[in-house]
Amino acid sequence: MPLIKVVDIRKIYKMDGSLEINALNGVSAAIEKGEFVAIMGPSGSGKSTFMHILGCLDIPTSGQYFLDGENVSELKKNQLADIRNKKIGFVFQGFNLLSRTSAIENVELPMFYAKISIKERREKALQALKTVGLENRVNNYPNQLSGGQQQRVAIARALVNNAPIIMADEPTGNLDTKSSHELMELFVKLNNEIGLTIILVTHESDIAGYSKRIIRFLDGLIINDEKTK
Amino acid sequence: MIDINSTIKVSIRALKVNKMRSFLTMLGIIIGVSAVITMLAVGLGAKQRITQQIENIGSNLIIILPGSMTVGGVRTGYGGASTLSIGDAQAIVKDCPAVLRDAPMLSGSEQLVYRNQNWSTNVQGTTSSYFKIREWTLAEGRGFTQQDMQGATNVCILGQTVATNLFGSTDPTGKTITIKNIPFLIIGVLISKGQSLMGQDQDDVAFVPLSTGQQKLFGTTFPGMVRNIMVQAKNSTDINFAQQQIEALLRQRHHLLPKQNDDFFIRNLTEILTAVQQSSSIMTLLLAAIASISLIVGGIGIMNIMLVSVTERTREIGIRMAVGAKTPDIRLQFLIEAVLLSLIGSIIGIIIGSIGSKIVSVIAGWPTIISFYSIIIALGFSVFVGVFFGYYPAYKASLLDPIEALRYE
Repeated sequence: MPLIKVVDIRKIYKMDGSLEINALNGVSAAIEKGEFVAIMGPSGSGKSTFMHILGCLDIPTSGQYFLDGENVSELKKNQLADIRNKKIGFVFQGFNLLSRTSAIENVELPMFYAKISIKERREKALQALKTVGLENRVNNYPNQLSGGQQQRVAIARALVNNAPIIMADEPTGNLDTKSSHELMELFVKLNNEIGLTIILVTHESDIAGYSKRIIRFLDGLIINDEKTK
Repeated sequence: MIDINSTIKVSIRALKVNKMRSFLTMLGIIIGVSAVITMLAVGLGAKQRITQQIENIGSNLIIILPGSMTVGGVRTGYGGASTLSIGDAQAIVKDCPAVLRDAPMLSGSEQLVYRNQNWSTNVQGTTSSYFKIREWTLAEGRGFTQQDMQGATNVCILGQTVATNLFGSTDPTGKTITIKNIPFLIIGVLISKGQSLMGQDQDDVAFVPLSTGQQKLFGTTFPGMVRNIMVQAKNSTDINFAQQQIEALLRQRHHLLPKQNDDFFIRNLTEILTAVQQSSSIMTLLLAAIASISLIVGGIGIMNIMLVSVTERTREIGIRMAVGAKTPDIRLQFLIEAVLLSLIGSIIGIIIGSIGSKIVSVIAGWPTIISFYSIIIALGFSVFVGVFFGYYPAYKASLLDPIEALRYE
């Protein structure tokens, strides 16, 4: 059984008046546990919408989405929040860390909503920061960290609740080339060593080159899906 | 349930980010709470003072006055007629079960003379029961004895004001003064009662035995008639019974036909006390209600700032939702922030209100009482204001769409 399976997913945005935008026009795909998938395509091709639906941040207009065997497309808002909390870790282009909040407290945030005790939160957060190589930056605030370091904090936050999937939406978009490649090597390491399933949205082919499978989108449809490694 | 301590910490941190703004938001609540606390303190103080003054007159007290009289078309006021007798007073104690004791009274304004000093005061003829009814004890000397009453001896008891004016700081007991050129031996001095409710000096008085007054000082037109009768009911719940029993007894004794009006008046201090207490309670509530309007205005200020805060922190809300915050989690966080604003504001308000009411009591010379209840009410009301006005912004925050919130710039 695949970890992620979507069947004929459609997403229609209703704009003002009667204008409708079809962001996804019936997408079906399956992703196995431990895969490292890059989703590529020009802007407006539906790749971000697809990832938002995979990440349970958005719900499809029609179609079915099975995550770990569970039909997620039928869940309510708060149940989706639970799935995001326990099964999915997000890494965003703009880092999306809480300002005026130290690195470790940012990492603790998912566990706070998972109602884990303060002591366990601290321990696990420290461990996650160690995994991403930031054990010396525990109490620094986001504005005291470089872009690459901030993105590592975001990865630690994604890892900390033992979520099996990491979804990264253009994670290197705000980073210089050197930091970008360091970050991608960290993703490869996490994929190889812990067996994390990684789904990455990007439009840079050298970044996509780190993945093992590339899915290409155009006009709300998958036009190409190939294993590269 | 989510970790409340951590949520409070997060809220405090958020409030600290904009210290000035948080303070200004609290200001409405601070002013409101301190106004409520001060008003309640002044109101309660006033009520207590009035109650004390009334109770000072004596507890469970009933006063019987003679009725008015019409002579050639001219009507006198209350007490104009002479309808109450010593016999009435004796019968009341004997026949009215709800009455504990009573004291018939005679009075007149007389000049008291001691050597080269003199002083005009109200001289009252009464029995020893009077001092028990008024709960008035002696500072020096002794009270009227049975012999004094029966023998109409020339003895008198002075109030503090009279004693001070005639004798200065020396002890008057054992000295002799003259009233209407009759020598009177001073047997006692009463403790000070202070001012009455109307501002009269209650200590400006001298007492003689009823029989002495009758026979030697106040030559009444009708022997055996008295000016008024003071009655003490057995306890406060008996006052109305006592009043009914007295009325029935006196109508019978005065041979009044059923159609005739009473030829006496019965006054009851408890009625006055209750009325005064009620009106001062209403005044207090009114003042507090006016003051609490500013609490509501303060609440609207909180709502306003919380709405701004939710908009400013849309992205933060998006991040929290993305990592698993549920609708109630977000709502609770903003609600706690609003309640913290109003609660901290109200604590500061209570402190300022307490200081303010002390200042009022010093400047106006008016006692103020900060009761435990007014603090509880102020705290409770401000928490209510925080929840009431914080709910809408918190609700709005919790309904945000995670993706839109994350995209918000």
